[in-house]
Amino acid sequence: MSAYILQRLIQSVLVLLAVSIVVFLAVYGIGDPIELLVPPQVSAAERAAMIRRLGLDLPVWQQYLSFLGSALKGDLGTSFVHGVPAVELILARLPATFELVLLAMGLAAVIGVPLGLLAGLNPESRPSRAIMAGTILGFSLPSFWKGMMLILLFSVALGWLPTAGRGETVSILGFQTSLLTLNGLKHLTLPALNLAIPNMALMIRLVAAGTTEAMTQDYVKYARAKGVRRQRIVGRHVLRNILIPVVTVAGMEFGSLVAFSTITETVFAWPGMGKLLIDSIYHLDRPVVVAYVMLATLLFVVVNFLVDVLYAALDPRVKLTGEMA
Amino acid sequence: MRKRMLFTLVAGTCLLSAPAWAQSLKIALSSEPTAIDPHYHALSPNNALAAHIFDGLTKQDEKQKVLPSLATSWENDGKNRWTFKLRQGVTFSNGKPFTAEDVVFTICRTLKNETAIAGSFADITGNFTAVEAPDPHTVVITTKAPDPLLPNFLSGIGILSASIVPHDKVTFDPANNCGVTGKWPVVGDFNDGKLAVGTGPYKFKSYTKGTSIELERNDKHWGTAEPWASVTFVPVPNAGPRLAGLLAGDYDVIENPAARDVSRLKDDKRFSYVITPSTRVIYFQLDVGREPSPFVKADNGKNPLKDPRVRKAMSLAIDRDAIVKRIMDGAAEPAYQFLPAGMFGALPNPPKLEYNPAEAKKLLAEAGYPNGFQVTLSTTNDRYINDSQITQAVAQYLTQVGIRAEVDAMAHAIYFPRRAKKEFSVAIGGWGSSGEASSFLRQWPATPDEAKTIGGSNYGGYADPEFDTLIRTAITTLDDAKRSELLQKAGIKALEGGAFIPLHFESTVWAYKSNLTYTGRADQFTMAMQVKPAK
Repeated sequence: MSAYILQRLIQSVLVLLAVSIVVFLAVYGIGDPIELLVPPQVSAAERAAMIRRLGLDLPVWQQYLSFLGSALKGDLGTSFVHGVPAVELILARLPATFELVLLAMGLAAVIGVPLGLLAGLNPESRPSRAIMAGTILGFSLPSFWKGMMLILLFSVALGWLPTAGRGETVSILGFQTSLLTLNGLKHLTLPALNLAIPNMALMIRLVAAGTTEAMTQDYVKYARAKGVRRQRIVGRHVLRNILIPVVTVAGMEFGSLVAFSTITETVFAWPGMGKLLIDSIYHLDRPVVVAYVMLATLLFVVVNFLVDVLYAALDPRVKLTGEMA
Repeated sequence: MRKRMLFTLVAGTCLLSAPAWAQSLKIALSSEPTAIDPHYHALSPNNALAAHIFDGLTKQDEKQKVLPSLATSWENDGKNRWTFKLRQGVTFSNGKPFTAEDVVFTICRTLKNETAIAGSFADITGNFTAVEAPDPHTVVITTKAPDPLLPNFLSGIGILSASIVPHDKVTFDPANNCGVTGKWPVVGDFNDGKLAVGTGPYKFKSYTKGTSIELERNDKHWGTAEPWASVTFVPVPNAGPRLAGLLAGDYDVIENPAARDVSRLKDDKRFSYVITPSTRVIYFQLDVGREPSPFVKADNGKNPLKDPRVRKAMSLAIDRDAIVKRIMDGAAEPAYQFLPAGMFGALPNPPKLEYNPAEAKKLLAEAGYPNGFQVTLSTTNDRYINDSQITQAVAQYLTQVGIRAEVDAMAHAIYFPRRAKKEFSVAIGGWGSSGEASSFLRQWPATPDEAKTIGGSNYGGYADPEFDTLIRTAITTLDDAKRSELLQKAGIKALEGGAFIPLHFESTVWAYKSNLTYTGRADQFTMAMQVKPAK
């Protein structure tokens, strides 16, 4: 177990290092932020002073090494645009994104898994066909369009929910959350629903396919022959077997939603990390973009690790050993 | 007795709470200020926000006319010495009285502002050789060179209270910290509001990046009280959701709805809107100074943009009225010069830049290009209103007279650095002037000087010695009548040169609930002070 963890740790560091180089070069290649920051009427001397202050006068490899040096000390740089540490900016946005994704994934699982089971157990029935047809819509409608439609329906036409932004928050353990206020939940509903729909469709498809396949397996036939009740077969045997791919995908989706729920956050003006990333790319705010991708990579590494641990808990055959990785 | 008291209490609360609700204002912004610090970065959203909390010595009205604010009057000695008389009886939101010391402190701070983005305000105050306070209500500023626009520039510098940092006697001595004993404040220090102490009509309440900025009325403000007890700014960068939020009643005022969507508000009695011409001119800058130019290809191998007849032909080929009507949906004014008529130094009646494709073809033939040439128009697609569509239209107009034009559109984050490296031949540009014709003329068509204080954006290499003499004289001429005349002459020269083809002035749109009125500003600032309850 510990050998496995050590191995994973070394891999993770290598991944982070590789990502940092790629991102740094990519952001460097987009363009020179000084032209966006400094107005053109500024004198040459002042412009030069600004370039020096931001360290943009150095060759790219020196800029990278100085970034790496301070990153090892926990300093991922200071935002060009806001003048405050990039990590501070990102972490301030983290709770907003986290609660949004948590609710979205929760909705997707709570609705998606039962519907998927239903569709998988009776694949030929009419409700099942309707569910499966619905998933195609859920996948294929573009996120920004769906978001606008939700706003038009629930906010403009019906007036039930606010159009955009984050509602009232309360502080828990130093983090601001809007999950515990009515106003906050109202603001959260539409963006969470918008994020949940494609994931719901994904879960339904995964669970339905898994269930259909599992129902034909020998162990199910045997259980039925033994006279085990249908609920018990589905709940105890089938569900446990099909949950492994579902948890894998849900874990990956969770990571990618936290890091890149950009479109939904933009449409709903949700002050999360995805919107910060997009804004920072627009403004060539290099430190924020680099710090963001580094943190997102870290997040994926951690989530993947947790998913592996979850496997072991779900499937007794999976052992966390060094050889396995 | 007790019952009655309760009743009175409840009734009283209702009476109090009803108008209090009506007094709150929620405004959706298309771009969010990047900081509360008024001297951090001179961007429009930052400056507009700062004007709520901080006053300058002067201020600009809706039409960018300079008016008294914390200074009640000022005079100039005919050279480079300005005397400002300060308003008396003004207090900051923390109760401290406003005196000349605060002005000296603020000017020092702009020079000791280590986190500021270059050019934000130190470009102005860096030209001061002395700032003196002979008495608590007088400030005397001496500049290196005569600067006729000083009162204009000072309108942008929000006055801070010297009480926000420990200090001895404050004197204008940046080399020795101006008498400040504490640490100079940096941008992050303002964001929690502790240092956001000003004399403006509103005071800081809260700031959550990306979520909201809350202000409340400053009851100590020296001017007329604002009608709104609290104001909330919410950033909603996408135009669609911003308009939806207005329609759903979430916001009272929104800035910059898409012009094509405004027509749907016309028939809706619940909402109104205002379209206000701004000073932001949109133009094409031609690469006239070199041979060859990267994106022009002519049969004779030369750079046709160097020929004034070709430049004239390009301007004649463009139907500005059609662009304003069809692409801008009326939210723009055709531009026949670089600053709207009526502003200082602008031509009062510039001749219309006609649409005349026949004449354009004739000029091209005269210049030796009867079959035209090939050119690529470079443009942003996310900076100016409809920028890439405008460029598409211009490309089609040019193609109609034989100049085979292609469009290369890109994000402004890529475009601006490339333009600064002079990688384009015909490049879109936009410039919002701060109330005077010199703003555009000294920056774009002027030949750059050593320090790039003028001509910093002359990427096309335009050079006209006569024009240069006019603009260089104008910017140091203190006499208003003479300066205006010089600027008008310089403007005519720049138009004749043809290296810049003006298209139109952008208009700014604000939409709001019909129980409000909104006075639009030429500087495009969105401010709560412009909103009043409708009578």
